[in-house]
Amino acid sequence: MSTDRAEAGRYDFALRPPRPPAPVDHGNEDLPIPLETRVEMYRLQQELRQFEKRAYDLFMQNLVKGTSHLSLGQEAVAAGVAAAIRPDDYSFATYRGHAHTLARGVGMGPVMAELLGREDGLLGGKGGSMHLTSVEHGMMGSYAIVGAHLCIANGAAWSAQIRGTDQVAVAFFGDGTTNIGAFHEALNFAVVWKLPVIFVCENNLYMEYTPSDFVTAVPHPAADRAPAYGLEAVLVDGNDADAVYEAARKAVELARSGGGPSLIEAMTYRHGGHSRADPGKYRPDGEVDAWMKRDPIPMYHQRLLRLGVAEGQLTEIQQEVAQRVDDATEYAKASAPPGDAALMTDVWADGGSAWRN
Amino acid sequence: MAELNYREAVAHGIAQEMRRDPLLVMLGEDIADAGGVFKTTVGLLDEFGPERVRDTPISEQAIIGAAAGAAMTGIPTIAEIMFSDFIAVCFDMIANEVAKARYMTGGQISVPMVIRTANGGGSRFGAQHSQSVENWCMMIPGLKVVAPSTPVDVIGLMAASIRDPDPVVFFEHKSLFATKGEIPDGEIVDTLGTAAVVRQGTDCTIVALALMVPRALEAADRLAEDGISAEVIDVRTLVPLDTETLLGSVAKTGRLYTVEENPRLCGWGAEITSIVAEEVFWDLDGPIVRITTPHVPLPSAEALEDLAIPSADRVYDTVVKSMG
Repeated sequence: MSTDRAEAGRYDFALRPPRPPAPVDHGNEDLPIPLETRVEMYRLQQELRQFEKRAYDLFMQNLVKGTSHLSLGQEAVAAGVAAAIRPDDYSFATYRGHAHTLARGVGMGPVMAELLGREDGLLGGKGGSMHLTSVEHGMMGSYAIVGAHLCIANGAAWSAQIRGTDQVAVAFFGDGTTNIGAFHEALNFAVVWKLPVIFVCENNLYMEYTPSDFVTAVPHPAADRAPAYGLEAVLVDGNDADAVYEAARKAVELARSGGGPSLIEAMTYRHGGHSRADPGKYRPDGEVDAWMKRDPIPMYHQRLLRLGVAEGQLTEIQQEVAQRVDDATEYAKASAPPGDAALMTDVWADGGSAWRN
Repeated sequence: MAELNYREAVAHGIAQEMRRDPLLVMLGEDIADAGGVFKTTVGLLDEFGPERVRDTPISEQAIIGAAAGAAMTGIPTIAEIMFSDFIAVCFDMIANEVAKARYMTGGQISVPMVIRTANGGGSRFGAQHSQSVENWCMMIPGLKVVAPSTPVDVIGLMAASIRDPDPVVFFEHKSLFATKGEIPDGEIVDTLGTAAVVRQGTDCTIVALALMVPRALEAADRLAEDGISAEVIDVRTLVPLDTETLLGSVAKTGRLYTVEENPRLCGWGAEITSIVAEEVFWDLDGPIVRITTPHVPLPSAEALEDLAIPSADRVYDTVVKSMG
């Protein structure tokens, strides 16, 4: 892509050649993943997909204010990793964190209410879409400054090391994160301290509106950097929950056994734009279509059928999830906006915000 | 009772707390084997071992991030940022992550950590290793800000900061490291949010912080020779701010001077000035006067740095001129 950069006085990204997905690796069907785990990953992907679609609809109805970054198309990454970790492990996400929050088992109602800015929101309306957190589920936060949470995930992993538990910490981030200093500081630090942390890059090809390969020195922004820190370059199909699960399982096993950190780059694609306001027009013709055909969910549906799961069971899961999304929507709509008193609480541990006597 | 200098008091305070809480850990650049570039952590590695006193790479974001992540998952931490100027390279961590974690998660996350850092001028280090940046932190909701001026306050406020469930930025002044003080025996624990009246007076109130405290006291001694009775207050902690002590003193003396090492604009004294102007205006007998470093980066040459940072002479002259 060096010519692109050299010629880029003014550049229309939509005119670049599309970057299509790799074909499905049907060999992943043979991975030794228990069927119940696979069904669970299917259910998770359905939850994330249907929730995000509803969140989008609610933006359109102007019920969700501010901005929001959806994981439509990227569900297999969240589902695959979530299925490979334990309830007491830690996860850290970016502002694109709805999926990673729900994948830890956090209730849809409180998450939806948070998007709507209601008092029953997960964060009481104080955090919003970009800061979803549920400590009781090990979801240690969604961080909206690119890169920061990789360093913070190191700390949670260090804490597990000190306390002598075998918990692991997982940090999810995008391809764009790999060009900020915190990413490099975090990787080096984790390796030097041999921390039980797993860095999961969701490479959706676009940093925000700019193709990441246009601004990145190497083709694989995370995996190609890993060897510089003594880590294996792990590249997986992020649109195949089985591939993600298998890579995560290995990384978790290594971390739990004291073997230190891992990095996984999962290739995926967002079906929509970067955020609410972005129609994603910078993407070349054919690219979105090619990736829509590699949608992780229909592919996984077919795989489960081939593995002997009944169509009826999958339909039942879809319907059950649809009902839960409806219920969550009603729960959120019925919740009141936060009361005025909430503005001045929770700055300090005493619950208040006093800075003087 | 023992005599310690300010530098030794840092390690003394940390050690007191690490003995009390076996979970407390610390990290930073050159803090373990080397004992800190200012030798403020000498002896801690020997007593507490490499698992609790850990050297890090030169990675300030990774340092603060690791301290924060550990703190929010049950391990209280002390992170050292070698020079306070370097706060600028990890200000995202301090201002956006650590400070806001509790509020933006609706109270779910606590970050019990102390960020220790060597602050202030007088060492001829120039513009990037000499700044007084306590005001950078004071303006961020969610941070507590501490800057002791004596060895005993270093220990007591260090203990209070470590025991505080909220993030505290603890400024140790480079030019005070050699100053000595008497340290009582036994555990020393102070209280955040308490200023100290370090000299009683009736004619004016001089409010100072860290290195400016001994300079204000020296000026007050000379003012006394001229018949001006100055009360000197050591603010000690900027957040929480002990406005009761400050307002009470100004109401009594009718005059307020702030002595600030930070450059003038948005220095901590501006906030105190505005509080006094809003709340005890009718008790004032004359204009409030701020004595600060001028609004310039700090120069390196001895003559220029000494000219920039408020001196006892400048405090004395300013008070005499405005009260004369």
